[in-house]
Amino acid sequence: MNVWQFMLQNHAEVLELTVEHLKLVGISTLLAVLVGIPLGILITRWPSLNKPVLGGANIIQTIPSLALFGFLLPAPWIGARADRLAILALTLYALLPLIRNTYAGIQGVDRAIVEAGRGMGMTDRQLLFQVELPVALGVIIAGVRVATVISVGLATIAAAIGAGGLGEYIFRGLAMVNNQVILAGAIPAAAMALLADVSLGWLEKRLSPR
Amino acid sequence: MDVRPNIGTPGRRRYKVQMNDSPDNRPAIEFHHVSYRVNGDGNAGRELLHDLNLEVQSGETLILLGRSGSGKTTTLKLINHLLTPSSGEILVEARSTSEWDVIRLRRRIGYVIQEVGLLPHFTVERNIGLVPKIENWPADRIQARVLELLQLVGLDAEIASRYPRELSGGQRQRVGVARALAADPPILLMDEPFGALDLITRAELQHEFLELQKSLRKTVVFVTHDLREALLLGTRIALMEAGRLVTVHTPEEFLNSAEPLAAAYREAFGTALKI
Repeated sequence: MNVWQFMLQNHAEVLELTVEHLKLVGISTLLAVLVGIPLGILITRWPSLNKPVLGGANIIQTIPSLALFGFLLPAPWIGARADRLAILALTLYALLPLIRNTYAGIQGVDRAIVEAGRGMGMTDRQLLFQVELPVALGVIIAGVRVATVISVGLATIAAAIGAGGLGEYIFRGLAMVNNQVILAGAIPAAAMALLADVSLGWLEKRLSPR
Repeated sequence: MDVRPNIGTPGRRRYKVQMNDSPDNRPAIEFHHVSYRVNGDGNAGRELLHDLNLEVQSGETLILLGRSGSGKTTTLKLINHLLTPSSGEILVEARSTSEWDVIRLRRRIGYVIQEVGLLPHFTVERNIGLVPKIENWPADRIQARVLELLQLVGLDAEIASRYPRELSGGQRQRVGVARALAADPPILLMDEPFGALDLITRAELQHEFLELQKSLRKTVVFVTHDLREALLLGTRIALMEAGRLVTVHTPEEFLNSAEPLAAAYREAFGTALKI
């Protein structure tokens, strides 16, 4: 039986795991966007927060994913359910590319433009929303793209703590020493990553001022 | 008489007020003992501007002439409070820049810079209408004003829907001037606005500027390192060097000045001046 036959035969389960995977990635990326972009903006306004915030996000990034899942286990409410725990861990991992790209995007806006805007009497708020964020949008979307692609891959490991997703097949296949089962998890995950990469890449190009 | 009591730090200089003072014969911009150091106050940091005293009369074009690093751009940015003086004070329309609401102050001052600073994601129309828009003008009034300004600076109305990247350097600079004039500010600050243009386009824009200024009579502070431009456009020329004001001359005085630095400038531009 090859992998396609296996997937066809178990299409209901494949679909269910794919949806679970999407949920893990989608919710965690959304949360990371909601936290990461404001944090990125914040550190352009208070440069003294720059080092602690980026440093913190960097440190999280260096924790091995399985260890991070383990660290979070004793947390109240979060630790009670595997999917909550997985979402939190994935959110934390996605923070760094988002904070960094938001910060770099805004810092990278041509100084002449910002100075012209300020010189014409734009308030800080107007500068941020009408000049800096629109001009930096392409770079920020690039951060969302990196975060999403990383999350799709990392979310497979969430199966190790029972959070479901396509990692189920991968771990099951590893246990059974069955490549077909591993591939039944890996192929949809890879497809999902590619799809996210291509579509967000397209968005990034469209939203970048040429 | 709009003279506010100076509530600031003790010992700060107060300007004298003459009895016959009226807003019209007061200089539009005054510098009183203004110094500027990077890294704020105290004696730390490099001094970019030292004890500047200068008045800009209403309706004149004052040229700040000097080489890079002479403090001319610093002087300009002190006027619209992009920089805060380390000591001394700057009065705009007889009020200290530290007392002005900075946003209000800047919206009364048009600002044109060499790199133009057009917003790349805005069309020409939105770029020109930027200040009217943040001043909450109604849309139809903004549109009418944009068309009027395009005509004023010699641009086609069709250009309104284009993006800055689709324009030539000269067109971009014209849009920059139109944008600075949009809300009809009494004061214009221009920082080497024609510096990046080719010679022909520069000459064109210089002459258009002269024509415009004849009818608009704005108070203009114009930064350049080009003596020819200074002589052509200036009512008066303030010569700067190493953060200090060397002398202020009319163009005629400048040509006959015994001041060594002025002579050096005449020398450097020698062949170009003998027309």
